[in-house]
Amino acid sequence: MKKREVYLDYAATTPVDPRVVKAMEPYFNQKFGNTMSLHSSGYKVSEAVEKSREIIAKALKAEDSEEIVFTGSATESNNLALKGLAEANPEKKKIIISAIEHDCVRNSAFWLRRQGYKVMILPVDKKGKVKMEDLKKEIDKDTLLVSIIHGSNEVGTIQDIGRIGEVCRKAGVYFHTDASQSFGKIKIDVKAMKIDLLTASSHKIYGPKGVAILYVRDGIKINPILHGGGHEGGLRSSTANVGAIVGMGRAVEICDREREKENKRLAGLRDKLISGILNSVDNCWLNGEEKERLPNNVNISFEKVEGESLLMELSNRGIMCSTGSACSSNSLEPSHVLLAMGLNAPEAHGSLRFSLGRWTKEADINYVLEVLPIVIKKIRRISPFK
Amino acid sequence: MRQQFSYSKKVLKHFRNPHNLGKIKDADGVGEVGNLSCGDVMKLYLKVKDDVILDVKFQTYGCAAAIATSSITTDLVKGKTIDEALAMTNKEVIESLDGLPPIKIHCSLLSVDALNEAIYDYLNKNNKKIPEFLEKKHQRSVTLEKMEGHGA
Repeated sequence: MKKREVYLDYAATTPVDPRVVKAMEPYFNQKFGNTMSLHSSGYKVSEAVEKSREIIAKALKAEDSEEIVFTGSATESNNLALKGLAEANPEKKKIIISAIEHDCVRNSAFWLRRQGYKVMILPVDKKGKVKMEDLKKEIDKDTLLVSIIHGSNEVGTIQDIGRIGEVCRKAGVYFHTDASQSFGKIKIDVKAMKIDLLTASSHKIYGPKGVAILYVRDGIKINPILHGGGHEGGLRSSTANVGAIVGMGRAVEICDREREKENKRLAGLRDKLISGILNSVDNCWLNGEEKERLPNNVNISFEKVEGESLLMELSNRGIMCSTGSACSSNSLEPSHVLLAMGLNAPEAHGSLRFSLGRWTKEADINYVLEVLPIVIKKIRRISPFK
Repeated sequence: MRQQFSYSKKVLKHFRNPHNLGKIKDADGVGEVGNLSCGDVMKLYLKVKDDVILDVKFQTYGCAAAIATSSITTDLVKGKTIDEALAMTNKEVIESLDGLPPIKIHCSLLSVDALNEAIYDYLNKNNKKIPEFLEKKHQRSVTLEKMEGHGA
């Protein structure tokens, strides 16, 4: 079998689409101005930034492009959403998040807990879904915000954010969703879904790193976490990263145009990979929802196989993916997402995530299906558990 | 602020082609340490004659570092006397692998623990004198096992 390089970690980050690179090129040394400058060099780049803002607002079906705030990362957007909203609305002191949030939402919430907030973590079912009854039960008069991830970065489960938005709006509670993994893949309509705040990222959708957005519905009070010259309507001071912002706009345009066809292609490859693995390897199962699932996510647990060694054996054979094993994390704790879904620690250690993307070919999937059973056998052979 | 850790070439070599892999059916001493919840379990088998380790094999469930430290430990103790093997430290394991990422140091401790447990088993079975430190270490590992359960 001929070795090939197979990148299946698009949920970690994506390469920048050449069309995006082309759109960004003039903004390094031709149109290099500062958006705050009151001369032609500043105007030119200001226009480019506003155009990008409009593209993204349109993709989210936002009322006004003013509702889009450019930030430096999804982590920053999530920090701004939670901390900025809390500071600007001090009268309510409870925040609800789900048990499967990304660390940047979790740790922002935990930071607020240290400032005296009550943080409630909503459990999920074994497929990774939040239950509406639990949410309704938890919302009380003191609740300021509900923050629930749209598409899970680890297991791909998609939450019914329309229903969550409905519940929150009715209760008079703000609703934030981290759409870092779903934006560009799943259609989002912030008005219809009654979303108040939304985080979206550029480098997960073939745009550059170092740029993201926070959608803030018009009328919502929010304070900045970066103080300075008052960029982005005062919400995010820092010289605008024009090239990256332009790149994100272009990336969103391409995703919007190609979404339907691309989703169909990816979901086909995803399902081929899932059924191929389940059919050729003993004692393994799919984590997360089967149908309401990101079109590019595959997450499988292999019994009595430790994920890091599996990952490294695959990497040795050219296949790049990721794992929920503690051994690959800095904390030596297994994935809190998989534990929240009811997996025990060894089951979480044995999980692999493959995430597909724009340049994933059927031949890549075939290669993984050839290599994986061999590698699993090798790792299991080393183990004392038979 | 360095972010990513990386494995030495030696670690990768042992991980990809572990030495002394498998089990010894009529082993004179067997040691098993770690637990599934933590993600590392090592089992070490010894064949001993006249207090010299003639053969040693291992089976490990765990990360690349756990497999590499098991493998190098078997290399290091083969041919040693029981006393020499008992004097072995995790520092030797780390040095023989040209270093380990700080977060993986525990793997080197675990491989020495597995060796110690196997030697304990050998000494115990043969009614030989068990050094005090080894007895204490053994008791500790038994208590840990009871506390954390054993998922195998």
